[in-house]
Amino acid sequence: MIEFQNATKVYESVDKSVTAVNNINFHVEPGEICVFLGPSGCGKTTLLRMVNRLIPITRGSIEVEGKNINSMDIIKLRRSIGYVIQHNGLFPNMTIEDNINVVPKMLGWDQNRMKKRCSELMEMMGLDPGQFQKRYPFELSGGQQQRIGIARALAADPPVMLMDEPFGALDPIIRDHLQNEFLRIQKEMKKTILFVSHDIDEAIKLGDKVAIFDTGELMQIGTPDEILSNPKNDFVRDFVGDDRALKRLTLLKVRDLMVLSDGFRKHRLNNEWHGQVISVNENLKTALSHLLSAPNGEVCVVDDHNKKLGVLCVSDFNLFTEVHPKDISIVR
Amino acid sequence: MEILEFVQTNWLEILQMTLEHIELVGLAVGIAIITGVPFGIYISQRESLANLVLAVAGIIMTIPSIALFGIMIPIFSLINQGIGYLPAIVALILYSQLPIIRNTYIAIKNVDPNVRDAAIGMGMTTFQRLIKVELPLAFPVIMAGVRMAIVLTIGIGAIAAYIGAGGLGGYIARGISTSYAAMIQVGAISVSTLAISIDVLLGKFQKRFSSRESIKS
Repeated sequence: MIEFQNATKVYESVDKSVTAVNNINFHVEPGEICVFLGPSGCGKTTLLRMVNRLIPITRGSIEVEGKNINSMDIIKLRRSIGYVIQHNGLFPNMTIEDNINVVPKMLGWDQNRMKKRCSELMEMMGLDPGQFQKRYPFELSGGQQQRIGIARALAADPPVMLMDEPFGALDPIIRDHLQNEFLRIQKEMKKTILFVSHDIDEAIKLGDKVAIFDTGELMQIGTPDEILSNPKNDFVRDFVGDDRALKRLTLLKVRDLMVLSDGFRKHRLNNEWHGQVISVNENLKTALSHLLSAPNGEVCVVDDHNKKLGVLCVSDFNLFTEVHPKDISIVR
Repeated sequence: MEILEFVQTNWLEILQMTLEHIELVGLAVGIAIITGVPFGIYISQRESLANLVLAVAGIIMTIPSIALFGIMIPIFSLINQGIGYLPAIVALILYSQLPIIRNTYIAIKNVDPNVRDAAIGMGMTTFQRLIKVELPLAFPVIMAGVRMAIVLTIGIGAIAAYIGAGGLGGYIARGISTSYAAMIQVGAISVSTLAISIDVLLGKFQKRFSSRESIKS
């Protein structure tokens, strides 16, 4: 649980004062990923760095796990919060193993516990410990380095993680791959995560909540669906883009559409199906893309065992115009 | 060959003078490292001080060595050490400060800000950050400064013979005053050989040390 109360950061210089973060109020529930989104200079990174006191707060308060951060010992506070940055920040003079063990070592863990934790984390990140733990960071690819960066932040099992554009410097394919793995890991770990991004698609994909900032102000905070279906003001509308209806499709799966439409043209399956096939777990944006490229405007939906469930066509999308993911989960 | 004959008859003395020279330079640079490296680290954390310190050290470097030895004499006469070992050591320490302080300062400053940010954000204390991250990363550049300082003081140390500090400079000074060419040449060649061989040795030492602590990022 992280709570911001009137959090404000003012930079004073001789002739002027700049408010980088202005009166921010919101909270993040335990186990949630909250993505801070906004253009550069909007204050999102400043706000993130205020949480582990890399930037001191000017006014207001921030509470982590129910404790005001200013009342805690600064070193202890930082060791209890995982921190991942864009350019991984791995220590080039240490092996991968030593990098991962930095915080546990400072916390005084014994050798065996550190060794076990290190292997466990590397396996979780999909890197073979035997092959990689004795290597130096420069011997790894960018994507591998970033995985180690995340493993290092997770090492002492902190309840809270701060991530400053961790996938920002990676190419789109690796980024997508790491995002998926990150979500998989988060499902088990249930950390409370603050995640800075400037990429709306990343925010929609990863965030349980998305907070949009501009010039130090919180513009809107809500679930990705709320942000996309009901942008609060012109800035948010512009920032999420004119294709927000399309982006919203990524939040729903073919399965959700099937719940809404009864029948789903099962009768069409009597004959052999020669057209395109799509998984019931695919998101609706991909489904739409398949439909647009299908010669007769229809695709067959199959489940995980390749059993044919029905036929989807573009007109089905009308069903969900005013439907939100949270309504669907109730139907489920 | 006159030089060879000279070496043959005086090799014991040459060896002794070389050892003296090494002792002089070693002591001076040793003290310069002990004072210069912490000082460089200190000014790297205090930007306002850095410019002043680097300027002062730069000015000392521009004073011709023979003049600096001259300045030392009246000052050290106050404690009855006007000429000899002590003023020479002090002058050599002053000379080797600049490359050591400057390189330490630059090396610490040039540590990747992301790496520093990560170290602070993960909860390292300033001391832990220095010892575990910044100094190991800065090591090659600091070492380059030390090598520069050593080569520099081996050369300047030869001039210290004029104020009676001993070392290989003795041959050069004596040779000049007695117009004994072979003696001057042996002195000069010995000084250069010493400088080159110590630089090569330190280079090897540094390489061996850095291959363990790979520096690429």
